[in-house]
Amino acid sequence: MNWTALTVFVLLFGLVTVLGFIAARWRRADLNHLDEWGLGGRRFGTIVTWFLLGGDLYTAYTFIAVPALVFGAGAIGFFAVPYTLMLYPFVYVVYPRLWSVARKHGYVTASDFVRGRYGSPLLALLVAVTGILATMPYIALQLVGIQVVIAAMGFTGAGWMGDLPLIVAFAILAAYTYTSGLRAPALISVVKDILIYITVIAAITVIPAQLGGYGHIFAGIAPDKLLLAPPTDHNTGAYSAYATLALGSVLALFLYPHCITALLSSSSRSVIKRNMALLPAYSLALALLAFLGYVAVVAHVHDDPAYAAYFKQYGNNFAVPALMLKYFPAWFVGVAFAAVAIGALVPAAIMSIAAANLFTRNIYKEYLAPAATPAQEAKMAKLLSLVVKVGALAFILFVPTQYAINLQLLGGAWIIQTLPIVVIGLYTRWLHRWALAAGWAVGMSLSTWMVVSQQFKPTFPLHLGDWTLPGYAAFYSALLNLSVAIVLTWVFRAAKLSEAPDSTSPADYEHDVA
Amino acid sequence: MAAPGPSKLKRTVWYVILFIPFFVAIAVPLFNRIEPSFYGIPFFYWFQFALILVAAAVTGAAYKAKI
Repeated sequence: MNWTALTVFVLLFGLVTVLGFIAARWRRADLNHLDEWGLGGRRFGTIVTWFLLGGDLYTAYTFIAVPALVFGAGAIGFFAVPYTLMLYPFVYVVYPRLWSVARKHGYVTASDFVRGRYGSPLLALLVAVTGILATMPYIALQLVGIQVVIAAMGFTGAGWMGDLPLIVAFAILAAYTYTSGLRAPALISVVKDILIYITVIAAITVIPAQLGGYGHIFAGIAPDKLLLAPPTDHNTGAYSAYATLALGSVLALFLYPHCITALLSSSSRSVIKRNMALLPAYSLALALLAFLGYVAVVAHVHDDPAYAAYFKQYGNNFAVPALMLKYFPAWFVGVAFAAVAIGALVPAAIMSIAAANLFTRNIYKEYLAPAATPAQEAKMAKLLSLVVKVGALAFILFVPTQYAINLQLLGGAWIIQTLPIVVIGLYTRWLHRWALAAGWAVGMSLSTWMVVSQQFKPTFPLHLGDWTLPGYAAFYSALLNLSVAIVLTWVFRAAKLSEAPDSTSPADYEHDVA
Repeated sequence: MAAPGPSKLKRTVWYVILFIPFFVAIAVPLFNRIEPSFYGIPFFYWFQFALILVAAAVTGAAYKAKI
């Protein structure tokens, strides 16, 4: 057992626990209202939103999995870099419209918007169910991040005892999310990000220096890993895979309920826009972390017998923890591992709140208790946030980790199927609601088939004539989804199928607070 | 209240500018190369890293221009 690291880790964990409960008193308001519990009262300014969105988008799993991918597969793993840099102009242009219409009509979720825009409870239900399905395995994956660092500190008790730290961590998380709502992850994300930045800066300055500098590290990478494999005869190879992985991820990310929750909690359009210029600071950190994958290759952590057992259990996800164990003093290992663990708590909290909001607003209130008061809504959402977390915990404890990873991958391919409904709906409601529902069904089926047929690899070799275009399954299936929606809209309009009322007006999409 | 927005032309021009780094980032053949390297860092890596800064600067400029 690494006692020094563990002590630092527990101290930092204790600090954020206290913060999580204090958060209930921060900007005090009636937490028995869903707007307050689930959206922090829609009052977060530029700085809080920066930390909250940063904590939300750049999860512990990202910080473990991106370098792990680079460690194992090389250049293709860097698709996370174009992904994060393309994200911000896209969100800048599109998503203030969602904020505005949500503010104007008091929408808490994307499904609320869909309900109002298309006048279709069915479409709203599809969006809600997709969101919940995509979020659940994502929460479970955050636990994997915690599991890896707890094990790396030497906590390898067998059976029940081995799982105890994870259960304790999650029980604490559940308790303060229940009491404080979105305020808890907002406050904790400040600590998380400070720890993450300290860790990243230390890792990219201290470790490469000991290995002979950056040039030396790149020189130590196999040439076939260092660049993307160029296209061959009738096959666009890694080029199309890289571009569609980045593009598909950009289009999908802000459809996730936890991203929309953080977005809607901000206090004005300007807060969102300002953040799109400021959030790339995290992209820089992520790019540097991705590079740590190469550092781990050159440091030969994989061949170190001290870490063999961990690599066997956690695969390449152990690359970064191993690097830290090898090069950092024990106390700083505690800081770095706390950064990862706390980095898992923040998104896990936001995700469980977002899933709870969706269930409460778009299933409970819509179908089970239409007369529910705001207080009953808040109570339901609080309880559901617990249920969601217990579910995620049980999943990680009783089901092989690989299943969570596979399901999260599927979740990404599913959530993008709501793109035509939500994003195009922000601009026009020309697409007919039933055509959108049909497109969604086609997209969900196709994406599932594509991912499963490739044994849960994100890229699918699309055959077009005598060309093969390997690309992100989510992206391809979303294209077909959209095509179906367009064609069927023509058909349905020609057949004069009934239209439903739109409760929004064009000015609502530009609405701002004074 | 809807804020009085910039003119349609100004907005369109800015949208085009905003999406330049976006499309450069998926133009893979453009940067999938080793040279010119920068202190031993292959072009592929330092170029995309620099593009993050460009995209952030452009987004910040759009905000300043009240787009």
